[in-house]
Amino acid sequence: MDNIIQVGMAELKIAAAPKKLLTAGLGSCIGICVCSPAHQFGALAHIMLPSSIQSKRSQNKAKFADTAVEMILEEMIKNGASASKIIAKIAGGAQMFKFVGDSNIMNIGQRNTLAVEEHLKRIGIKVVAKDTGGNFGRTIVFDPKTGDLKIRTIGHGERTI
Amino acid sequence: MKDFTELSCIQLDALREIGNIGAGNAATALAQMVQAKIDMSVPEVTILPFDDVAKLVGGADVPVCGLYFAVSGSITGSILFMLPIERAVLLIDMILGRNSSETGAGISGDLETSVIMEVGNIISATYLNALSHFTKLKLLTSIPALAADMAGAILNGVLAQVGGVVDDVLVLKTMFTREDQEIVGHFFMMPDSESLSTILQALGVNC
Repeated sequence: MDNIIQVGMAELKIAAAPKKLLTAGLGSCIGICVCSPAHQFGALAHIMLPSSIQSKRSQNKAKFADTAVEMILEEMIKNGASASKIIAKIAGGAQMFKFVGDSNIMNIGQRNTLAVEEHLKRIGIKVVAKDTGGNFGRTIVFDPKTGDLKIRTIGHGERTI
Repeated sequence: MKDFTELSCIQLDALREIGNIGAGNAATALAQMVQAKIDMSVPEVTILPFDDVAKLVGGADVPVCGLYFAVSGSITGSILFMLPIERAVLLIDMILGRNSSETGAGISGDLETSVIMEVGNIISATYLNALSHFTKLKLLTSIPALAADMAGAILNGVLAQVGGVVDDVLVLKTMFTREDQEIVGHFFMMPDSESLSTILQALGVNC
């Protein structure tokens, strides 16, 4: 377990191989995992909301898709990665509650997914794999050495992307 | 703008007392529904940063049962009633007067689903009624939305609603008792920004 770094909600952490990054219980949130294969290190951000712009409290950059991707890029470059070599894998963005009516909260997962993809594209990071949507939670473990992203669920199987 | 961390003891006491009155009414409603004596109380009211909420049920990947309600009327906000799956199963057994484990390991049948939803309905409605009575505010809840999955996953969707603005939630620990059986669940109240000030002002304990 010493080799596993836990990433909480609205946090961003960096790890160098052989350490791995874990975030538990992703619902509508998204785990953005990036690595630079040549350097064997990576980052995981657990974002909660699509945009920091309408938010009154936006100090925590890891909470929002738009600011978290910038922070990721900054951290990766600081550690010696070149922007064009960074790849990303994303998971999460589920809709946890079935609900009558059309409150915003109900499609937050989908809005998060779209925002993450849009902002990664904007800063030039390629999404090579994703496991998003559905109505179930995900616990993910990211290995910066291989780039493998392992996804565990309750009742919806296990997979590695 | 107010947030929960600025609340004084008196204000917390007021919210706890309302919780207990609500719980008393909920117990009566539950007891009538199942024709057995079921007690409910709110032994603890706390304010938690939302990062710690998952720890209350044992961690972000613990399987839980969550019921979500949207609050509307004079204030807006969210209510979440959450307990670990195996506790939820025991609660269903307790309410139906079954022997333990008759429900099985999960909440899949129609009867089990409607029992747990009804419990959530009763708790949220009676709590809001008590709050409404003291504040003279008009408060309505939506029908419940049920999810059974990882605690963290259930929390994120609900907390995303307030996550951009508030970092803390009001937690009412709720205890159900039937004879010598005791089950603890947690009831989370998350008024949207400005709504908490509205409640405290209406309670007359705004300072």
